Amino acid sequence: MNRIVEKRQIAPKIHEMVVEAPPVAAKAQPGHFVIVMADERGERVPLTVADYDRGRGTITLILMAVGTSTIKLAEMKAGDDLFAFIGPLGHASQLDDFGTVVMVAGGVGTAPIFPIARALREKGNRVISIQGARTRELLFWQDRLASVSDEHVITTDDGSFGRKGLVTEPLKECLERRPNGEIGCVYAIGPAVMMKFCSKTTEPFKVKTIVSLNTIMVDGTGMCGGCRVNVGGETRFTCVDGPEFDGHLVDWDELLKRQKIYIKEEKCSLDQYLETVEKP
Amino acid sequence: MSGPEQKPRKKIVPKKTPMPEQDPKVRVGNFNEVPLGYTSEQAVQEASRCLQCKKPLCVEGCPVDVDITGFLTLVKEGEFAAAARKIKETNALPAICGRVCPQESQCEARCVLSKKWDPLAIGRLERFVADYERENHLIELPEKKPPTGRKIAIVGSGPSGLTVAGDLILLGYDVTIFEAFHKPGGVLMYGIPEFRLPKDIVEKEVEYLLNLGVKLQLNSVIGKSITIDELLDGKYFDAVFIGVGAGLPSFLGVPGENLGGIYSANEYLTRSNLMKAYRFPEYDTPIVRGKTVCVVGGGNVAMDSARTARRLGADNVYIVYRRSRKELPARLEEIHHAEQEGIVFKMLSNPVEFTGDEHGMVRRIRCQEMELGEPDASGRRRPIPKEGCFFEIDTDLVIIAIGGGANPVLTKSTRGLELNKWGYIVADPSGRTTRPRVWAGGDIVTGSATVIEAMGAGRRAANDIHACLSDSQTEPWLPEKKDSP
Repeated sequence: MNRIVEKRQIAPKIHEMVVEAPPVAAKAQPGHFVIVMADERGERVPLTVADYDRGRGTITLILMAVGTSTIKLAEMKAGDDLFAFIGPLGHASQLDDFGTVVMVAGGVGTAPIFPIARALREKGNRVISIQGARTRELLFWQDRLASVSDEHVITTDDGSFGRKGLVTEPLKECLERRPNGEIGCVYAIGPAVMMKFCSKTTEPFKVKTIVSLNTIMVDGTGMCGGCRVNVGGETRFTCVDGPEFDGHLVDWDELLKRQKIYIKEEKCSLDQYLETVEKP
Repeated sequence: MSGPEQKPRKKIVPKKTPMPEQDPKVRVGNFNEVPLGYTSEQAVQEASRCLQCKKPLCVEGCPVDVDITGFLTLVKEGEFAAAARKIKETNALPAICGRVCPQESQCEARCVLSKKWDPLAIGRLERFVADYERENHLIELPEKKPPTGRKIAIVGSGPSGLTVAGDLILLGYDVTIFEAFHKPGGVLMYGIPEFRLPKDIVEKEVEYLLNLGVKLQLNSVIGKSITIDELLDGKYFDAVFIGVGAGLPSFLGVPGENLGGIYSANEYLTRSNLMKAYRFPEYDTPIVRGKTVCVVGGGNVAMDSARTARRLGADNVYIVYRRSRKELPARLEEIHHAEQEGIVFKMLSNPVEFTGDEHGMVRRIRCQEMELGEPDASGRRRPIPKEGCFFEIDTDLVIIAIGGGANPVLTKSTRGLELNKWGYIVADPSGRTTRPRVWAGGDIVTGSATVIEAMGAGRRAANDIHACLSDSQTEPWLPEKKDSP
């Protein structure tokens, strides 16, 4: 059992949760993920580490309440105990000195991008962050991301804040403005379709592009293969070979389809859950 | 009249006392256990078939040396709880072994009766006495040896780890089991289905060890959360036993294998058994339910997957296996149960491609027909593809049950642990690895095998750990006894 020490809603459906887990906090690095279960009947939900505090022994997670499992987690309060908390899992980010890096965050992707951006800046990289959301009220952690960035661009699909449009536009401009290998690496983390188009955007510029995949998982330790993904023609497991991969090598269409395997079941589960909570 | 002929001959009962089972038509609609177990009368009747051999061969067939004739005598006398305790002298998990051991190739294969008649139903009786003891609340904790002051870490709470824990706790060690999942039991929990091994029985057997004083730390992925180095140097464990299982599923490597609705058996069974997806949406983890299901492979795991799919509503379930019926690695009993439940065996068939629909869900499997050639390294006849002979099955769920390899999470993070070319840990027969103070056993050493073989490895490792830790003269690398932090 791991205690939730802080819990707040930071945007519609988006929740920040600080969990007491000293052994995990002691080991967590940018890029790692954890697996969380709300209760005994819950799913094992993989969430990328958004921050960690070794002194307090805590891990910070950001989650979007969209299905039964994430809604259950979002409804928990400070002082509640998670049924299970496992990690840190996966490989940590490779924190090299790339020169200039572009960190593209889409939606809740801001959460995992933040500690990676911070660490890359500490390594001496110049950090350009591009943070996108559908609309203004879905933006969060702008200040935190700005505090670890040399440049910080915000986009919204509807133009309600920052630049109107998708993150791929400032990304493309950024690459065009800085040719000749000035940008050593692009990180793109967010919804799969956003990572796909960021990878497509950087491909002609031949800039190394790293994505962090959030595939469906069960155990998170390489045992089941549910998180398998085709990278460069080879089947890899996101949990133990990733979660970060070269975005230019990922078979995005296969990945997008694999994320929809349980669409029917997810709806069925959610309907049933909402019915039980509404009729006490 | 001369010597041996004078001895009055025991009347031989040629057949095993049958064990009642759930009717196949009924059981495909539920996850309850299939065999229902003996009654007391049936148990006594079956135990009375034992010839009480002076040199019982059955015991030689048991990897953990259960005193079989000893416990059978007690059954015959109606002393069922005492019989269970007799087994527990050398086997802490009789309710599990009575259900999942391949007795037909171990104790029962060696039974003298089996030369002409049915062997004694040792497995059924083991199950009976363990159930009797548990259901009647007669479980007694055996006496433990005084504390040795030594601490043992066990990685993995499957059959080998539980055996090491059960042995060493009785010898006075301070034992902690580390388990990666949120529930203990390893393959007994995530792999073997409820209808073959009810999970409350696994929980009860683990509870027995916890009552003996074994400590259990769940949600601990050794190699990630904590490393072996940290267990030995930071947490002051005197020895570590690694029993993590094989833990890496194999796939076929054919086109279309990453379509939705194609599972490794590990994933399919973990979803159903550990996460209880068979009770979705009461439990949150979903599972794809197919109407026509193909299970690729011919071992016990393939049978478990096929029978699970049947219970989850499949009308047609095929076992697709590349050799012939004779080579099926599954236990006869499992094959028999699968057939009773209407599972169809497509022998000498090898999948070559999967195709899906526009949503990326599997819809068809294409197989090549095979024929058998000369025996290969495993002694089984090698399957050879028949040129130009293909067939297809429309399917909406595929489960790949072709075994697996060695999971690298722990082994790659541990210094000084020699691995073989397949990534399994190199260990001697007593489980000693190349790393001082580290033992290993079960599937992470041998590759996929059986529950009882893993338990046998656990037994040998426990004996060796005890021998080493009680006599530091023989093992120069053993550390001075440390104080716990």
